[in-house]
Amino acid sequence: MLARLRVKQFDWFNLINIIILSLAALSCLIPVIHIAALSLSSSTAAATGVVTFWPVDFSLNSYDYVIKRSQFWMSMLVSVERILLGGGINLLLIILCAFPLSKERTEFRARSFYAWFFFITMLFSGGLIPWYMAIRQYKMLDTIWALVLPGAVPVFSVILMLNFFREIPKELAEAACIDGAGQWRILWVIYVPTSMAAIATVLLFSLVGHWNSWFDGLILMNNPEHYPLQSYIQTIVVQRAYSMLSREEIQQLATISDRTLRSAQIFLGSLPIILVYPFLQRYFVKGIVLGSVKG
Amino acid sequence: MLKFKREIPLHLMILPGVILLLMFHYIPMAGIVIAFQKFIPAKGLFGNQKWIGLDNFDYVFHLPNFLSVINNTVVIASYKIVLGLIVPIVFAILINEMKNKRFKSLIQTTIYLPHFLSWVVLGGILIDMLSPSDGLVNKFIKLTGGDPVFFLGDNHWFRFTLIFSETWKEFGYGTIVYLAAITGIDPNLYEAAQIDGANRWKQTLHVTLPGMRMVIVLLMVLSLGNLLNAGFDQVFNLYSPTVYESGDIIDTFVYRIGMLDAQFGVATAVGLFKSVISFVFVSVAYFCAYRFADYRIF
Repeated sequence: MLARLRVKQFDWFNLINIIILSLAALSCLIPVIHIAALSLSSSTAAATGVVTFWPVDFSLNSYDYVIKRSQFWMSMLVSVERILLGGGINLLLIILCAFPLSKERTEFRARSFYAWFFFITMLFSGGLIPWYMAIRQYKMLDTIWALVLPGAVPVFSVILMLNFFREIPKELAEAACIDGAGQWRILWVIYVPTSMAAIATVLLFSLVGHWNSWFDGLILMNNPEHYPLQSYIQTIVVQRAYSMLSREEIQQLATISDRTLRSAQIFLGSLPIILVYPFLQRYFVKGIVLGSVKG
Repeated sequence: MLKFKREIPLHLMILPGVILLLMFHYIPMAGIVIAFQKFIPAKGLFGNQKWIGLDNFDYVFHLPNFLSVINNTVVIASYKIVLGLIVPIVFAILINEMKNKRFKSLIQTTIYLPHFLSWVVLGGILIDMLSPSDGLVNKFIKLTGGDPVFFLGDNHWFRFTLIFSETWKEFGYGTIVYLAAITGIDPNLYEAAQIDGANRWKQTLHVTLPGMRMVIVLLMVLSLGNLLNAGFDQVFNLYSPTVYESGDIIDTFVYRIGMLDAQFGVATAVGLFKSVISFVFVSVAYFCAYRFADYRIF
C-alpha cells in the first residue's frame, strides 16, 4: 500500500536532483568542448566571438600550424620520454619501498625508523630555493633527470601500495619462506602479481602527474627545447611569451587567429587525459579510497 | 643473527628510495641555511657563504606587501578548504540519491574530469572563457543584461574566481571518498528509518550524514594542514601584476623574489617561514587525526 502511494506521487526531488547533477556535469564538459570548438573554427569566426559549442566555419589551420612547429614536437618528445622513464622509476621505487614498509616491526626491526624517514618528508620541506639549488648542485639542470628524479619516490603512492600489501594474507609469504624463497622472490612472485589493481592505480597517478607537470620544466630547464609539453604550453598560452617565436612564425601567426592557435594547443595538451581517463576510472576510484581512508 | 640476515634484502630494497629522498628532500631541508646567508649561487649550496643572521627575515618582514601576501594566502586557502569540504559532501549525497545506475556513473565520470587536467590547461581555458571582451562567460552575462566582469583583472573578483574555480575543479573528485563512506552504511539502517516513517530528507539527516561522520571529521582535520597552501599552480597561471593586491600568495611571492629577482636568501627566508608554520599545522592535524580517529598513515 505504502509503495503504491509513493509511485503515484510525482518525485519532485528526483527531478531537481537530475537537473542539478546534469548542470554540474555540463559545467565540467563545457570548457573543454568550447576550447575544442574554437580550435576547429576559422580564425575570423573565433576572433569575432561567434563560436560557442560547435565549430563555426570548420578549419584545421590551427592544427596544421601546430604540427608543423618543431618546438611542439620536441616538447612532446620530452614529455613522452619523461612519462616512460619517470613512470617506470616511480613504479619500481614504490614497490621496492612499500614492501619493507608493509612488514610488521617484528619482521623488520628498522621499519619504524624508515616509516619516520618517509613521514618527515610529508611534514616539512626546505622550500623552493634550496630544492632548486640542490638540483643545480647535482648538475642536473637541463637534463631529463631533473624532471624524473626529484619526484622519484611519491610517498602518497608508497602508502597506498603498502596498505594494499598488508591485505595480502601472511600465510602465502610464510609458505613460500618455508619452501626456501627469499624476500626478493616473495615480492616478485607473490606480492607483485596479486597487487596488479594497486599497481595500475599508482602507475596511473604517476603517468598523469608526469604528463601534467609544468613548473619543474619551467625552472629546471634553461633551454626551451628541453621543455616538456605542459611547460611549453604554459609559456605560449599563459605567459604569451612571443619571444620564443621566430620572425617567420610571427608572420605566419598573423594569418591564423591567435585564439584558435592557443585553443588548439590547450586542447592537444588535455587530449591524452580525456581519451584515457574514463577507462581507468575504476582504478583510481579504488586507489583514492584505499589511500585516504582505511580501516 | 639469522634474523638480521633475513632483513638484509629488505634494507637493500628500500635503499634506493632512501637515497633519493635524502638527495631531494633532506639535503634541501638542510639547505634552509640559505635563509641566514648572503647567498651567492656561484659559491654553491653549503659553500663558503657570508652569514648574516636574521637580516633576510628582517628585510622581508618590513616589505610593504608582505602582510598582504600572508593575508591573501590564508583567506584564499581558508575559503578553499571550507568549500572543498562542503561541496563534495553535498554532491556525494545527491549522487547517492540517484537511483538510475547509468546516469549516475555518467555523472561521476564527467565530474572527475577537471581534476585530471593541469592548471596550465585549465588556466588557458579560463583565460579565454573569462576574457571581458570575447569570453564565453561575459558574453552570457551581457546577454542577460549585465555588465562584463574582468574576473582575472579586477581585485574585487580575482579571489572569488580563484576560490570558485578551484572548488569546481576538485568537487567531483572529492565525492569519491564520501561515496565510499556512504556505501559502507548498513542498508538495514535505512529500512529501519523507513519503517519509522522517515522521508528521504530525514534519512539523509539521520542515517547518511552520521554514517559519513568519521570520514568528514578526518578530512576536516587533515585539511587543516593546507592553511598556507593557497594553490601555487592555479594562482601562477591566472594572476597578473594588476591583481597582486588580492591574489599574490606566499608561493608566488617566493618564486618571484627567488627565481626572477635572484634574491635567494630572502626567498628562502620566506619559504622557511611558510614551512615552519605549515609544519606545525600539519603535525597538529596528523596528531589529532591519530588521537581522535585512530588514523595512522604508515
